[in-house]
Amino acid sequence: MSRAALLVLADGRFPAGGHAHSGGAEAAVKAGRITSAASLEDFCRGRLHTAGLVASALAAAAALGVEPRELDAAADARTPSPALRTAARRLGRQLLRAARVTWPSAELDVLAREFPKGAHQPVVLGLAARAAGLAPEDAAHCAAYESVSGPATATVRLLSLDPFDATAVLARLAPELDRVADSAVEAARRVADEGADALPAASAPLLEVMAEAHAAWPVRLFAS
Amino acid sequence: MTVTGVRASARIVARADGRGGTALPVLDGEGPLALRRTRSAGPEAKVMVVGAMSGPLGGDRFTVTARAEQGSRLHIGSAAATLALPGQAKGEARYDVLLHVAGDAELCWLPEQLISAHGSDLRITTRAELEAGARLVLREEQVLGRAGEQPGRLTSRLTVRIAGRTVLDQELACGPGATGGWDGPAVLAGHRAVGQLIVVRPEFAQRPVRAQVLGECAALVPLTGPAALVSAVAPDALRLRRLMDEVLTQLGCGERP
Amino acid sequence: MHLDHPHPGPAALSADAHRPDGTRRALRIGLGGPVGSGKTATVAALCRALRDQLSLAVVTNDIYTREDAEFLLREAVLPPERISAVETGACPHTAIRDDISANLEAVEDLEDAVGPLDLILVESGGDNLTATFSKGLVDAQIFVIDVAGGDDIPRKGGPGVTTADLLVVNKTDLAPYVGSDLARMAADAKAQRAELPVVFQTLRGGTGVTEVAAWVRGRLRAWTA
Repeated sequence: MSRAALLVLADGRFPAGGHAHSGGAEAAVKAGRITSAASLEDFCRGRLHTAGLVASALAAAAALGVEPRELDAAADARTPSPALRTAARRLGRQLLRAARVTWPSAELDVLAREFPKGAHQPVVLGLAARAAGLAPEDAAHCAAYESVSGPATATVRLLSLDPFDATAVLARLAPELDRVADSAVEAARRVADEGADALPAASAPLLEVMAEAHAAWPVRLFAS
Repeated sequence: MTVTGVRASARIVARADGRGGTALPVLDGEGPLALRRTRSAGPEAKVMVVGAMSGPLGGDRFTVTARAEQGSRLHIGSAAATLALPGQAKGEARYDVLLHVAGDAELCWLPEQLISAHGSDLRITTRAELEAGARLVLREEQVLGRAGEQPGRLTSRLTVRIAGRTVLDQELACGPGATGGWDGPAVLAGHRAVGQLIVVRPEFAQRPVRAQVLGECAALVPLTGPAALVSAVAPDALRLRRLMDEVLTQLGCGERP
Repeated sequence: MHLDHPHPGPAALSADAHRPDGTRRALRIGLGGPVGSGKTATVAALCRALRDQLSLAVVTNDIYTREDAEFLLREAVLPPERISAVETGACPHTAIRDDISANLEAVEDLEDAVGPLDLILVESGGDNLTATFSKGLVDAQIFVIDVAGGDDIPRKGGPGVTTADLLVVNKTDLAPYVGSDLARMAADAKAQRAELPVVFQTLRGGTGVTEVAAWVRGRLRAWTA
């Protein structure tokens, strides 16, 4: 297992389309709910423990080798907003494209064949981690981190927030992020015995609702 | 002294009576989950949960099981809001609702709000298992604290499965001890009422609802199956209910007299 | 680029010259350049000049989504299903150079939806002089500057001016009014670009987009040869 491969996969510059998504931050900024580093932290913490936890468990389960189709359906059931389902699939397809060149693997080719319109991004992330020789724990950390790093970067652009403050938010969330990833892996390991119901289903009503509102904006900077 | 909580259960079975109406061969309830059949016109049987005492308290365990068999129409409401309160018994209270709907049957589960009072600790699960062709209207509304009160701890999970396939699985945890950020800008942002309304109809498979933003903090969305969901947060129970009622009317399943 | 070695598997990965079904994909030409230099107007003029002979589509990358796409729709240069807008998360150059995945999705989706296509124009959001397209996204790129932006831009160089396959100096009709010296711009461009072509154009009268359209046709001939 390579620690450096995790750095490659988790790098914010990994060319998988994430830069154009705010993880709900653009809508929250416009609604006046994110106005500062403190409210960004609160937003990220809420996202980490809901969408982040679910994504983390999906990624870990995929990295463990759970059937992608089952995980993709579980992701659908945990993502009521069609705008978010579309964004997750689009990001999944983009990640798959990048991962297939970066870590060529038969499993990723099969995934591309089975999901021509894209699978949910965390499922692809788990399989990409597998292709990179990474462990489920790595996939879980990567997904959990992405759930907060995206909104933080977007908020720097949207509010001209001091980038040091935004990065400090991520650093402060690190211990919680470790715990989320651990519990995600623990849930993912139960999927083999208990099925996809063992995956967490933590939800964030405002993320879902605001994603629908955001998708209808005629003018926006971010795709989601 | 060991204090154990109350265990209460209610069971309802609805069956087509062969004359275009719905019979209730099983209608068992007790204590806080006492049941009454109420008058209703048409093919539908209407049942009210008339809680004889407040609850659930810490350590209590409530279970409601309702089954709408082939061709039946069952409507279940409640006479009053359910109030989760702290109790003397240790541990969380549990409230489990299990709904089965057969093909060509319809179940409306439209209870009053669940209010999470300060100091309470409740885990509620609602599971709807539908056969292909079943119809469902399910509303759940949670109110975090009585007026001006901090909420208790509340964890609720709602799962809807149609023909063996899970189309909705959502858990919300809030109150003291819940994971961080639950009241922050991503999750509830200070709103004190949160609700979901799910409508399952076979015809949604061909003609799904169009996603629609409803006011400030609610949306109607199609799920990946013959189902539509309204997800909403509101400042209080009244405004949440008003919104839910509007959508019920819009979808043509408003309260029948 | 892996022009003659398409990756195995169902979806084209990056710059592959073939579509999943083995057919040759559309030629992709990028149009970049500073804000207000006339990229969208050039795209619109190219569409009008080429749409009768070629099957065309356009991808726009706005700072704010859809602005350019809507201009093209208003001008009715192409039917709406042939225009796709990509969100760039406030970083237009990232979307055309560092992380091209969303644009690749867009061009492939267009080929799937309205193909077969001969040509896809990918228009960048207005950016700075360093913004160039990745070779993984486009086969050739046009950099559009204008005389009103200052006649020293060709002298300053930068990757766009220096390396673009075609440099377009737009709005030549404004030169007398803004005091731009076209001869000097041409000489500076020549010095920066050696043999790479430069076109001076005005879309208000004269020959319009004819020269650029001819250059595009030339690239297309080479692509399909």
